[in-house]
Amino acid sequence: MSISLNSKTACFFRLVKWGIIAILILLLAASLGACSGDNWNNPYPKSQSNKNILYSSFSERPKHLDPARSYSATEYRFIGNIYEPPLQYHYLTRELMPLTATQLPDVQHYDKENKLIKKPSAVRKVAYSLYNINIKKGIQYQPHPAFARDPAGNLLYHQLSPATIAAKNSLADFKKTATRELTSDDYAYQIKRLAHPRINSPILSTMAKYIVGLKELSQQLAQHNRKLKLKIQTLERLLNEIDRVGTRGESIVDIKNSYTKKFKKNIEFYWAHRVAMDFERVAKTKRQASQLKLMISELVAVEAIAKTGEEAIPTFQQNLKSAQLDYQYLDLKKFELPGVKVIDRYTYQIKIKGQYPQLKYWLAMPFFAPVPHEAEKFYSQKGMKEQNISMNWYPVGTGAYFLSKNDPNSQMIMQRNPNFRGMPYPDRGEKGDEERGLLRDKNKMMPFVDKVVYSLEKESIPLWSKFLQGYFDASGLISESFDQAVKINVSGDARLTDTMATKGIKLITSVRMSISYLGFNMLDPVVGGYEPKKQYLRQAISIAVDYEEYISIFLNGRGKAAQGPLPPGMFGHAKGKAGINPFVYDWVDGKPKRKSIEIARQLMVKAGFSDGIDPKTGEKLILYFDVTGGGAEDKANRDWYKEKLDQIGIQLEIRETDYNRFQQKMLNGKAQLFRLGWNADYPDPENFLFLLYGPNGKVKHRGENAANYDNVKFNALFKIMETMPDSVVREKIIRRMVAISTKDSPWIWGFNPKSFALYHQWYKNAKTNDLAHNLLMYKRIDAATRHRLRARWNKPIMMPVYILLLVIFVTLIPAIRVYKKSLKKTMREVNLDNTKE
Amino acid sequence: MLAYIIRRILYAIPILIAVNLFTFLLFFSLNSPDDMARSQLGTKNITTAAIERWKIAHGYDKPKWYNSQANGSDKFTETLFYQKSIRLFMFEFGNADNGRNIGYDISQRMWPSLAIAIPNLIIGVFVFITFAMLLAFFRATYIDIWGVVFCVILMSISSMFFIIGGQFLIGKILHLAPISGYDPGNTFKFLVLPVVIGIISGFGTSSRWYRTIFLEDINKDYVRTARAKGLSEILVLFKHVLGNALIPILTGIVVILPSLFMGSLVLEAFFGIPGLGSYVIEGIRAQDFGIVRSMVFLGSVLYIVGLVLTDISYTFVDPRVRLN
Repeated sequence: MSISLNSKTACFFRLVKWGIIAILILLLAASLGACSGDNWNNPYPKSQSNKNILYSSFSERPKHLDPARSYSATEYRFIGNIYEPPLQYHYLTRELMPLTATQLPDVQHYDKENKLIKKPSAVRKVAYSLYNINIKKGIQYQPHPAFARDPAGNLLYHQLSPATIAAKNSLADFKKTATRELTSDDYAYQIKRLAHPRINSPILSTMAKYIVGLKELSQQLAQHNRKLKLKIQTLERLLNEIDRVGTRGESIVDIKNSYTKKFKKNIEFYWAHRVAMDFERVAKTKRQASQLKLMISELVAVEAIAKTGEEAIPTFQQNLKSAQLDYQYLDLKKFELPGVKVIDRYTYQIKIKGQYPQLKYWLAMPFFAPVPHEAEKFYSQKGMKEQNISMNWYPVGTGAYFLSKNDPNSQMIMQRNPNFRGMPYPDRGEKGDEERGLLRDKNKMMPFVDKVVYSLEKESIPLWSKFLQGYFDASGLISESFDQAVKINVSGDARLTDTMATKGIKLITSVRMSISYLGFNMLDPVVGGYEPKKQYLRQAISIAVDYEEYISIFLNGRGKAAQGPLPPGMFGHAKGKAGINPFVYDWVDGKPKRKSIEIARQLMVKAGFSDGIDPKTGEKLILYFDVTGGGAEDKANRDWYKEKLDQIGIQLEIRETDYNRFQQKMLNGKAQLFRLGWNADYPDPENFLFLLYGPNGKVKHRGENAANYDNVKFNALFKIMETMPDSVVREKIIRRMVAISTKDSPWIWGFNPKSFALYHQWYKNAKTNDLAHNLLMYKRIDAATRHRLRARWNKPIMMPVYILLLVIFVTLIPAIRVYKKSLKKTMREVNLDNTKE
Repeated sequence: MLAYIIRRILYAIPILIAVNLFTFLLFFSLNSPDDMARSQLGTKNITTAAIERWKIAHGYDKPKWYNSQANGSDKFTETLFYQKSIRLFMFEFGNADNGRNIGYDISQRMWPSLAIAIPNLIIGVFVFITFAMLLAFFRATYIDIWGVVFCVILMSISSMFFIIGGQFLIGKILHLAPISGYDPGNTFKFLVLPVVIGIISGFGTSSRWYRTIFLEDINKDYVRTARAKGLSEILVLFKHVLGNALIPILTGIVVILPSLFMGSLVLEAFFGIPGLGSYVIEGIRAQDFGIVRSMVFLGSVLYIVGLVLTDISYTFVDPRVRLN
């Protein structure tokens, strides 16, 4: 029986035909759309196409945006442009200079008899120092609802009901905003915030050593916080019990009498224990303890009412409310901090124990930026936290930008602060800055860019592709794209490839103020210790681990082998022959040359490990290297370390561990060899040398000295150098410290990473500056050029789509033939086909 | 049916407790409260006192399972497990360790997840069924053979390849769609690429599965009867075979419907879509127990809901099935 093509089948084919026509129309429309101007792959709205906007990315959401807590580069790139500490770093020369301050702080040193010391010396020791900071007048905060007032002059949004707050989902839901002038009070307030028990500022322990009274304030605040918490808990319990007793309908007097009978003579004894709630000690069984607890808590309530009368319940409720309010907003203005004094509306003074020259650098960090108390009070209202409206999410500052959108799941947007006073672009720079066009905008008022859009890009490949398409204005350089972007010439200089150069992309490289090192645990019985044999072992390993090769293989040349703990450019860092590590390098033809592996082998012999044989076991010396991670990419890296140590007869065992376990091992001193790094907080050698200071040891003191290095001479010199201002003497001390630590070799100095940054031709005033945080206002964008080039680079290419459709169409023709043929088949043939299945 | 549903809900309670228990065990066998504190507080200058303060403020200072210092039932309730996990049964997700309200974040992030998952499901099912029908229609011909080969090839390729390849080809080379990103005001542009890639990566497996289902039915008596009645092959396939094959297809779809909210871990991470899939990854990376426990719990609840819905859907597509 043949199968006939009936009307429904014809209908199906009509549908297919119209479907194809619809697809063709869509493709035609798409092709026309491609000519309409806006690029299909543009990830931003068309309305932004020609606007003065800078496009950047972030891969990791900032954890905190509170200036008392933030302490990482991912956070500073936002809050550094919002909050303004009194000082800043010059954008081009990197010198320390005033930001909101009228000038650098006037520092006065006093002896213990309160006499001014003009020149500190060993004879006249400094007892305390005063930093007088005068801020500029007329600086205004960004518009913020915390400042908004009603016609009567009361703060509009400071006494909101929980129901009102529950209806708000973001700061934008508060319709009215206002501003106010920055005062010295705000700076003093923020310094007190460092001691806030619920903020957990990471610099509290450091600052408490120097700022007079900060340690005491932190203790006082912690105690006050605990008391308030206890008061709230007690009152809540009391009111709950009163409710429970009340619902039983008995009179208070009856209940009291009944309980008094139950307790009989022991009432006083039980009463004494009620606060401690130590029921188990007085009760013989657990059941008894539980009953006793219930009875006593009820008795507490009954007693409270009996003593004060039932009319006291509203008082308890009022007390509870007041305690809750006090807890929510810990009013720091009620607490004195003797080390910080507000002199007048625009001047404040910080009192330091002894002297601490590094304070000037801290004064350029957001930790010392102003925070308006109105904002903190606004955010502390009950219900705000539940709505995710907090200081940690919506910063309030006086800087050039404010955070207009905080959605770290996709985008964070910084908008020009309409109340920003404006600042002139620098009129001087470093040598070569003028030739690089970095002074073209000199004296022009900043900020230049209206808006900065940060998009979340967790994966490096899409980030790189979008940069090449012009949708990000700047980019770092990932390993996968290194060869596509950069070529290294014979002299080791990095140059852009022709493809990048044709696109007008610029490359800026610089050695970063950071170090990546390989540490030895000095407490370890094998690699630790200070006797010469142990030094020889570590020096031998330092020679064997060839960091020049490492940088070439694994970092594409993006680093410089370190000669000591101080990165280049840091005060005390010695250049040339004087600055090399003499135990690892020789000075040959005007440059350092790593000692031969033969020297390392000789050192191994002197260390007692001839040919790497451990005399105790008669076998190869085995060392353990604790590393985190463990991807395929890391394997080559680890094999490289193994191979290097194998050259001197050491068998290196890699112990892969997750980051948590690694931290634990470091805290317990269980690691033997490990790799760590450090980024400079400020440009002072103390910020690196403290990583080797004994009393800062990780195991004994929970400090940052992960190697647990503890050399008496080094420690003594550190104590002297720590608080000295830069001078020839200080430089000599630093050199001595570096020499001592180099001989001991608690670290293989590793390398100082180089940053490679790429910028499009429309990105102006690009310069790397690891220390400055308020970089955004200096950047300028040529939006017209960007718009033109983006359009040229991103025209949709439809041809492959047409070809694909054609292929599908061509494939369908024989299919239709097969179908038509099948229509002529008999039922028997159809059944036979089905049987084959 | 009501009794059946109530019974299933009651069965779900011990399952959810066990899920919570395992989540708690696994999480805290890898992360200690000290590790969590360090992760939240940062990497520099973290003092022991700051860690202790953080633990107290976030309730991680309590013992994990049993509080010997407490009295009576407090021995069990004043513990980390009770305080952090049991409240989930009231759907009180609480705050993440970074202070954010988890319930609010879930309500915000489920929409981008749904924006990908729904078109992926609807268009995907339509395409897979159509292709599977085509193969069944041309069974035992070169189209069928090459179609199956094509499916096997697609099945053999990692979804990561489709993602990276798709971004490279469609986004980077052809400039037809943004490589990544998301804009709630202009979702279509951003969803084209992840949806296309999602469909292609599921194409091989699903089409082969549907083809098998159709071929199983194609030799049954009712099909032979339909053909004997003189119906066209297309009508036989699209009306009779598809109608009967709907039972396994529908049940397969219904079971995943509730979990569409949970998003796709890989697609969301690669395309920068701020959905619940990427929320889970962020929670794990940040060692945020608040997020991890909430999302695992929500995932389990939705999975159980999916299974109950599947059972119920049987009764609609197959009148022979009765729930009792």
